[in-house]
Amino acid sequence: MIRVGLPAHLRTLARVDGEVKLDVKIQATQRSVLDALEARYPMLRGTIRDQVTQQRRAFVRFFACEQDLSHELPDTLLPDAVAMGAEPFLTIGAIAGG
Amino acid sequence: MSGVRVLVGTLKGAFVLTSDAKRERWDIRGPHFGGWEIYHLKGSPADPNRLYASQSSGWFGQLIQRSNDGGKTWEPVGNKFVYDGVPGTHQWYDGTPHPGEFARVWHLEPSLIDPDTVYAGVEDAALFRSVDGGQTWQELSGLRGHGSGPSWQPGAGGMCLHTILLDPSDPGRIFIAISAAGVFRTDDGGTTWRPINRGLKSEQMPDPHAEVGHCAHRIAMHRSRPGVLFMQKHWDVMRSDDAGESWQEVSGNLPTEFGFPIDVHEHEPETIYVVPIKNDSEHYPPEGKLRVYRSRTGGHEWEALTKGLPQRDCYINVLRDAMAVDSFDPCGVYFGTTGGQVYASADAGDSWAPIVRDLPRVLSVEVQTLP
Repeated sequence: MIRVGLPAHLRTLARVDGEVKLDVKIQATQRSVLDALEARYPMLRGTIRDQVTQQRRAFVRFFACEQDLSHELPDTLLPDAVAMGAEPFLTIGAIAGG
Repeated sequence: MSGVRVLVGTLKGAFVLTSDAKRERWDIRGPHFGGWEIYHLKGSPADPNRLYASQSSGWFGQLIQRSNDGGKTWEPVGNKFVYDGVPGTHQWYDGTPHPGEFARVWHLEPSLIDPDTVYAGVEDAALFRSVDGGQTWQELSGLRGHGSGPSWQPGAGGMCLHTILLDPSDPGRIFIAISAAGVFRTDDGGTTWRPINRGLKSEQMPDPHAEVGHCAHRIAMHRSRPGVLFMQKHWDVMRSDDAGESWQEVSGNLPTEFGFPIDVHEHEPETIYVVPIKNDSEHYPPEGKLRVYRSRTGGHEWEALTKGLPQRDCYINVLRDAMAVDSFDPCGVYFGTTGGQVYASADAGDSWAPIVRDLPRVLSVEVQTLP
């Protein structure tokens, strides 16, 4: 079970409260987690990553275990603590504005 | 007709304002999609309870929302806008070729006859259509591909396709406007397109009379005369009496020819409205006086409408999609400002009152006259 944290606007869009819990059948990577997230919540397609290129949107960040994983390759394994459900995989709206 | 519904898109959400036919007391609902930019929302002429909204964010991209109950509840529908084939290039601000890249939906235009068919004008400029209620979108790529696309340039707000006019007398004819490319027309339902800018003159271009490159801010028509078009250009108010084949300036005695919106009275095809703005860098009314100008002669002769509007210290703007009319008699006229006010006139512009004063920056105003 993977725990995913969403920013407030995307929680509203997906109509969820708190963390999302996902069963990811294969190894936990950014790609497999986001695939599972978008399969469960289709309205999130295009809001975290581009629907065609699958690239992370510029002002979205991925944090876990107090690390910034935003620039990791999408098929890099996530930390064991995320894969085991001990820590959440956080999708964050980047700090922007004044 | 039972009442009126005003659909307001703002920088931080959508608002739905409703009133009865007197248009004196208003119920204000919102914000819907709080915190998101709502560039435009509009109802289907074929089903007034079917609404579409363009919801976007610099963080999370583009969404399309649909309502089947007049805006009480909404559901996200399809948001996959993929250019047909190679996106191609347009001119960047420095004149170099720049790859086309989807940014957002500026304008949604529901079909006149089918609630499930809706057009979307997007940035970078292109036209999309959905025939399944917004679930899937297909580009009408003949517009970008007709030949002049590589020479289009973005205006300061981005290279947006911001106006879509459907000809009620000819289902194959559509007019669109792009900043800063100009006006284009199809006569075959969107397969082929051609520019219709003859008569426009733009001193900001190397060739002021070029076929494309004009910054048409907004075009409007009256449904009874779809061959007559009115345009608020970057500078100049224009009209065409031959479906865009040629244009004539009708700025007349306006205090400034610059502005963004233009609209036509619901029952008087020669009565038109504009909001003159000082110039293209000072985006506020001349002399700090908010004045709508009305021409009852299709242009040339204009009168200032000031009753109920601030006549001092007013430095707001009225954006291109932020004016609309209702179908009552007398005709109601509405506009929203970058200062968050939505003004309404229930007497065709003779007098005005704010419906609401403190919304976020208003990006669009549409009106539905309810059966």
